[in-house]
Amino acid sequence: MTKTIHDTTAPVSRRKFIVGSAAVAGGGLALGFDVPLGAAQGQNAGNELGIWVVVRPNNDCVIRIARSEMGQGTITGLAQLVAEELECDWQRVKTEGLLPGQNLARKRAWGNMSTGGSQGIRQSQDYVRRGGAVARMMLLQAAANEWGVPVGELTVSKGTISHAASKRQTTYGRVAAAAVKLTPPDPKSIKLKDPKSWTIAGKPLKRLDTAAKLNGSLVYAIDLKLPGMLNAAIKDCPVYGGKLRSFDEAKVAKLPGVRKVVRVKDTAVAVVADTWWQAKTALDALPIVWDEGENAKVSDATIAQHIATGLTATETNGDRREGDALAAIAGAAKKIEATYSTPFLSHACMEVMNATVRLTADKAECWTPTQNLEASLAALSSESGVPLGQCEVYRHDLGGGFGRRGGTQDYVRKAVTVAKEFPGIPIKLIWSREEDQTHDFFRPISMAKFSAGLDEKNNLVGLHVRVSGQSINAHLNPAAMAGGRDMRQLQGFWAEAGDAQMGYTVPNLLVEYAMRNTHVPVGPWRGVNTNQNGYYLECFIEEVARASGRDSLEFRRAMMSKHPKHLAVLNAAAEKGDWGKPLPPGVHRGIAQFMGYGSYSAATAEVSVDKAGNVKVHRMVLALNCGHIANPDQIAAQVEGSVVYGLSATLFGECPVANGRMTSLNFDTYRMLRLAEMPKVETVTVPTYDFWGGVGEPTICVVAPAVINAIFTATGKPVRSLPVKNVKLV
Amino acid sequence: MARLNINGQNRDVQVAADTPLLWVIREQVGLTGTKYGCGVAQCGSCSVHINGELVRSCSMRVGDVRPTDKIVTIEGLSRNSSHPVQRAWAAIDVPQCGYCQSGQIMAAAALLRKKPRPTDADIDEAMTNICRCGTYQRIRAAVHMAAGNGNGGSVGRGNRKS
Repeated sequence: MTKTIHDTTAPVSRRKFIVGSAAVAGGGLALGFDVPLGAAQGQNAGNELGIWVVVRPNNDCVIRIARSEMGQGTITGLAQLVAEELECDWQRVKTEGLLPGQNLARKRAWGNMSTGGSQGIRQSQDYVRRGGAVARMMLLQAAANEWGVPVGELTVSKGTISHAASKRQTTYGRVAAAAVKLTPPDPKSIKLKDPKSWTIAGKPLKRLDTAAKLNGSLVYAIDLKLPGMLNAAIKDCPVYGGKLRSFDEAKVAKLPGVRKVVRVKDTAVAVVADTWWQAKTALDALPIVWDEGENAKVSDATIAQHIATGLTATETNGDRREGDALAAIAGAAKKIEATYSTPFLSHACMEVMNATVRLTADKAECWTPTQNLEASLAALSSESGVPLGQCEVYRHDLGGGFGRRGGTQDYVRKAVTVAKEFPGIPIKLIWSREEDQTHDFFRPISMAKFSAGLDEKNNLVGLHVRVSGQSINAHLNPAAMAGGRDMRQLQGFWAEAGDAQMGYTVPNLLVEYAMRNTHVPVGPWRGVNTNQNGYYLECFIEEVARASGRDSLEFRRAMMSKHPKHLAVLNAAAEKGDWGKPLPPGVHRGIAQFMGYGSYSAATAEVSVDKAGNVKVHRMVLALNCGHIANPDQIAAQVEGSVVYGLSATLFGECPVANGRMTSLNFDTYRMLRLAEMPKVETVTVPTYDFWGGVGEPTICVVAPAVINAIFTATGKPVRSLPVKNVKLV
Repeated sequence: MARLNINGQNRDVQVAADTPLLWVIREQVGLTGTKYGCGVAQCGSCSVHINGELVRSCSMRVGDVRPTDKIVTIEGLSRNSSHPVQRAWAAIDVPQCGYCQSGQIMAAAALLRKKPRPTDADIDEAMTNICRCGTYQRIRAAVHMAAGNGNGGSVGRGNRKS
């Protein structure tokens, strides 16, 4: 695949490119494009070297970022990877976020922009590093041409190019204009650096985006101000599947600031006013009649009954079958059984759902926090009817994502519907916290029934797992369920290596999934199904280990010889977590390991339970093998964050359903971990440098089981349903 | 109509007296560093100082603020992010998404004004703001650092081992 600059004399904004799309866009035909980009234009234009790097005359190196920043540090990590190959001065690195319209106009030259599944870095690391290398090679070649020496005689350090023999030096900024005129090398032909020789990537460098988060200057989408902008508040039918029957606009039309009450499709109503507080005040006062429909009869109890039917039914929606588990258990010397359950959970991003949309005769624009700029663009176009090429979504860093802001784009669609009533006027639609808690795509509810058989020597000879619960794919992506099979709900039980493989070898294994959907919308939630499945498997393995009379760690190790990477992180967690060593009186330890998002995780937890049944998590040690490390300090931050998100869910998290609707609508009832409840978290990375795994999600799946297994040690009783707050521990 | 003194400036705003101070700060005054998180004084994202006291502005009516009350928002905490809390936050790279951090910083600054050398128990009691990204460990370390309690106090920074 080649990549050639044809017109070497025209201004940068008119240069034409032929791009090998397989290198940069994940496959397809070689495509031509000639669309300019922001950084390459204007008086202070830099020189665009390849597609990922712009070098300015003052030696600033602008590194382009295609993924969304939601706090996970992807801007910094990706910039480190590019800068490593670019060999620039890290102090001169700036970043520029790409827009989906720009990507579309260049035939997706920058590849996938979606930021979910812990893929931001691992999926793009190869082509962005090559992008950095392309720019470096062009810059070095330009210097070599200027000096008339072979490029191989040059060295570069921190953006300064040297020729030792002639004692000459120059900088990237000085040669960039000449470098632009060269033919870029084929990215695929480049040999990337050995990660063990990295000096920028892999180092605990400070984040590039911290300063604006310390003084209120970072403009989140919810903070946006545009000339003439109006604000909207929205209520959707609280019962999913229900409809908006009517509303009495006259009752609020004269309230301060109110411009209009808008029907939003057939399920919701929005008030548009000068300010958001006026809009919300009027919406709260607006008489609304809902047609709640049959789903208003649904409650926690009916949902639980429905899901329980999947535990005893015989049909499945996906399974893994090795040997004959049922026979092995039937003939076993000792049998163990347990049934577990987990509730719906909302994401509760600190920045509530919001989108600002402006529709004009020939253009649709949107400002929104999104984990998938291209999905936002597609939603903007399809909902507005404006062709994709005349749409743009402007980038804002997200006030939290956690999977809520990926493919669904419901908030963009709703904002477009409201904005259609106000041509040319920007409409900012902000959900109240209560609306955000009501209309989420929740972590799916599920139950799991386990049976195990131990032989005379207390070895696990048969394991039967039956998971029953709601399917994310059924709600969001039915096309992914060929023949009604949905192995995604068995994430972490998979046989296949590399992504979410079960780390134990059991001679007779049967894992089954029974789909039991409800009327509640579900979606990916940080860690997705590894949360529930990690809790189920690792807490049941704990029960089996105790029934066997063997040490919890030794029992696990005995089944892991064929899974050395799983075993290595378990060993690391055990060692750094002081497994087997004495603890203060009343403090007890638990352990767990699980896999998701291409990375291996294990944890120990030190927990006490007081006489009133209050749980205190004192310390957690998390071991992670994510293959390579882009920034160890940001990995630690993600691990710490996963503990908080996971502990909130484990200890307190539930979204109950009554009369068809959510009842936990704000943080007074949807309780979250606070600082005082934060355990000391130690992150142990054990990279093997032979793969690229995820970071944002993998470790959350071991938080619940490590803590629950410690509670088991403390109380002598297993916890078989979450959250812990609902369980009588003593 | 209300007169507010925000970050040392008097601002006259046309707004109903029962409007929460948070929304006046954001929509009438135009300072958006103070965030909406819950509207019910649970998360602390809207924290500001009034006469040096920490206030969750989502739950204070603008009509209850006197013209003489000195309101300080994150934008007015310091020039050039030079407050010791902001410097410690930067040194430890506390923020992830950053959305709650205005409130966290205002809460920490209020704590240090009252207790210049807070203990872990003091920090537990004072720092009740919600962070969904989970930056609590670094917040604790940064408060200790801002207080001059050594590098991160009892917990230390990140506790990363490899």
